[in-house]
Amino acid sequence: MSGAELGARLGRGDLAAAPEALNLLESTTPTARAGAAELIAAVSPAALGGEAPGHIVGLTGPPGVGKSTLVSALVAVWRGAGRSVAALVVDPSSKRSGGALLGDRVRISYDPADRGVFIRSTATAHRLGGLAPATRAAAQALAAAFDVVVVETVGVGQSETDVGDLADTVAVILQPGSGDTLQFLKSGIMEIPDLLVVTKADTGRPAQDTLREARAALRSVGSGDTPTVAVSGLPPPQGIDELAEALDAHRRSIDLAGRRVRGRRASAVSDYVTEHGEAGLRRLGGRRAVEAWLAKQPPSQDVPGLVSGLEGRAGLPVEAGEQTRDVFGANVRNTT
Amino acid sequence: MSGEPHRLDRPDRPWLIRTYSGHSTARASNELYRRNLAQGQTGLSIAFDLPTQTGYDCDHVLARGEVGKVGVSISHRGDMAELFDGIPLDAMNTSMTINATAPWLLALYIVAAEEHGIGPEAMRGTTQNDIIKEFLARGTYAFPPGPSMRLVADTIAYTVEHVPQWNPINICSYHLQEAGATPVQEIAFAIGNAIAVLDAVRDRVGGSEQKVAAVFGRISFFVNAGVRFVEEHAKIRAMALIWEELGRDRYGVSDPKLLRFRYGVQVNSLGLTEPQPENNVQRIVLEALAVTLGRDARARAIQLPAWNEALGLPRPWDQQWSLRIQQVLAFETDLLEYPDIFAGSVVMDGLVDELADGARAELAAIADRGGAVAAVGYMKAALVDSHRERIRRIEAGEQTVVGVNRFTGTAPSPLTADLDGGILVVDPALEAEQVRALAGWRAGRDDAGVQTALDGLRGAAAGDENIMVASLAAARAGVTTGEWAQALRDTFGDYRAPTGVGSASSTKPDADLKELRGEVDLLSESLGRRLKMLVGKPGLDGHSNGAEQIAVHARDAGFEVVYEGIRLTPAQIANSALQEGVHVVGLSILSGSHRDLIPEVIDALRERGVDVPVVVGGIIPDRDVGPLRAAGVAAVFTPKDFRFAEIMRQIVALVAERHRAQTVVG
Repeated sequence: MSGAELGARLGRGDLAAAPEALNLLESTTPTARAGAAELIAAVSPAALGGEAPGHIVGLTGPPGVGKSTLVSALVAVWRGAGRSVAALVVDPSSKRSGGALLGDRVRISYDPADRGVFIRSTATAHRLGGLAPATRAAAQALAAAFDVVVVETVGVGQSETDVGDLADTVAVILQPGSGDTLQFLKSGIMEIPDLLVVTKADTGRPAQDTLREARAALRSVGSGDTPTVAVSGLPPPQGIDELAEALDAHRRSIDLAGRRVRGRRASAVSDYVTEHGEAGLRRLGGRRAVEAWLAKQPPSQDVPGLVSGLEGRAGLPVEAGEQTRDVFGANVRNTT
Repeated sequence: MSGEPHRLDRPDRPWLIRTYSGHSTARASNELYRRNLAQGQTGLSIAFDLPTQTGYDCDHVLARGEVGKVGVSISHRGDMAELFDGIPLDAMNTSMTINATAPWLLALYIVAAEEHGIGPEAMRGTTQNDIIKEFLARGTYAFPPGPSMRLVADTIAYTVEHVPQWNPINICSYHLQEAGATPVQEIAFAIGNAIAVLDAVRDRVGGSEQKVAAVFGRISFFVNAGVRFVEEHAKIRAMALIWEELGRDRYGVSDPKLLRFRYGVQVNSLGLTEPQPENNVQRIVLEALAVTLGRDARARAIQLPAWNEALGLPRPWDQQWSLRIQQVLAFETDLLEYPDIFAGSVVMDGLVDELADGARAELAAIADRGGAVAAVGYMKAALVDSHRERIRRIEAGEQTVVGVNRFTGTAPSPLTADLDGGILVVDPALEAEQVRALAGWRAGRDDAGVQTALDGLRGAAAGDENIMVASLAAARAGVTTGEWAQALRDTFGDYRAPTGVGSASSTKPDADLKELRGEVDLLSESLGRRLKMLVGKPGLDGHSNGAEQIAVHARDAGFEVVYEGIRLTPAQIANSALQEGVHVVGLSILSGSHRDLIPEVIDALRERGVDVPVVVGGIIPDRDVGPLRAAGVAAVFTPKDFRFAEIMRQIVALVAERHRAQTVVG
């Protein structure tokens, strides 16, 4: 099936198109890249007549804090409310072998007969920033069809920046005793999340202590109004409804189109830099000049379009397939 | 003892001689037990099927293909009564391999005895009831760790008071060795596990020193013995040493009787080979020596595997052969006529010290992680690593396995010539019969009584009452195994244990692995995405070592591996394969249910339009390979395929072949 067709099916809300769409978006052969560009174009704001309606939620936090358990509990709440859910679960790849063990899927329980849940595990494939090469394109495409797209990534620090560029709402997940992470927050290494979640609320006192420290840390950086929620994904689940509501409330409170446009432009810069480096930025007069130029582009312009625009201005060759390559983040280019 | 210190006045009584057995229905197993007792077996060891062990009735979707397979299916007190029909329960010593559902099966056993006017104080036997090793190695858990530990504590607290001769828990190091544990790990993980149990029960019984000592005295162990039988004997002496230390220092026990390390044994199955399976007989004999040679550390009960276990389910004759090994040891040899033959041995004492020191260090590491329950992930990853190291040594020829990596030539074997007749096959019609019988049982009950009993169970689970009381009431009311477990799942929730594969370290690449990675990279480039494999276990079989090793080796070869773990329905597997866009599906089954489940997985994949090679690993008899291939399986791997690099290479070739075919067509 062609990329355009798959994109059109997603645009019509056909959830069954998701597996094949992801296969295409993750593929790096020249044919697949051209197909992926068609797909992205078919679910772009221009084609859809507006931003993709799905709520893109980013969940991030250090390993072992219970993110998958939390996703599992959230899936149950969302499905209970009749909302379709796509989960993109990102795990790191081994530097040496290139292989990866993707073991989180098993912790997300759902009924296999339920077509309203789609789960895809992906590996970072050496990419920095906590996302897999195709995660952004995948999240955008799936948001055309699914009511909720949740992206689960490992790590704290740099990765939030990337998740922030693609998600409408970013929640950072901590477990009791996560003092280090709160230090990152206070020192500005970590971006301020839209929501801060403390897991393992069943531990009682330690979870409450961490929640209090988190609120203090948020106040100290002038973000005292950032919502905080304590949850436990283990039965009996606690706080999951409140978390789901807090995520929705955040989404209602933002200028969605504005945030998505900013995200696309920030992604365009980071893709351009990954491909052409700081030298590439200097050719365009530096980061500020690039951002100024991007700000003047039509808001519905998708990331590949923005990147090729920058390349054109910089006088860099735009090969066939180049545009689509950037859809994935430039790292997929075969440099050998 | 006589004037001669090297002889006993009277030979010792032999250990309890058992065979781990049970299959199909209560009636069929009852006949088997009576036959075994007539053959000179002195105790019973009950094997339950996987649905019974994991708390599902035979009509549950997850029970498909597993009913009566690896043991007997027991749903209610009627089944239990039939299982022991004509066997006097006050004179019998019965060991039950039951864990997550131990309180339930014990309740059924107590009720079966009371129907014959036998009180719980006269009952002797053992419930395995060791849940931590289920999370670590065996996989038949049903509830999350917290509630599971509470059920263990409840069973122990109840029996210490009401069933005083019962061994309420058998802490298992057996399965740890099967999962790859080194002797030091086996000692430390088992003792660490015992500490977690003792601490939980101490809280449950109020903590008085006398009660804690009584509990300590009721804890027994279930140990493994491998073929390095001198070191294995030392391992048991080291365990006894550390156990006594623990009793004195941590729990204030001073009565030497209560401090004694009591254990039963099933000897090693991991080391039994599919090639030249007759060699397994001498392995089993040597392993039996490991647990009987020294009087001070002799097993209380022994069960031996059958020579052909790596091929499939053993027949009565195969089990009889293993029974005769025990009888020759106990009744023909002079083993039982002497005091401890290792007393004063420099070698033995040195080995014991070495192992005990290693175990103490490992115990400290577990304590640092907050005890055995919190350290399950740590221990699991350590086991996966040790197991892989063992495989590496065998593949590299550093560890000899006769008939496998040395002395592999063989004359035609009369024992395996008729291999099709060499294993037991459970009647495929049995499952449907059990389902019908269960429906009949449900129809004949007092429904109101059942509902009251289930409400009582839910109340007890949510509250603080000992679960045994409500379980006994439920057993009398005719509640079924699946209903009992569901009532508890309603309160406790379902659970999946950590798989241990995520944190397993990667191997140092040798030339072979580098070449393989090159092949994987090339194929991935041609596919457009990195080679992606789904590894999972359909059905209820929890023996995940093989699947875990495949997952870790595939990752090290450069695959992206979606590891799904245990207890999956065919629909779940097929759905994951579709959603994840994998290039190959690997399934592992050791429970004998492959003939039912594998074709179902393949059908489910076809239904979803997933056209990828499916490979199967496990204990698959030769005669089943043809039908599986015909059903669409691309390759079958059995224990004789022990070189993982070769398995990986074959999988890569299968994917490449399928890709070429699709490219040509497309």
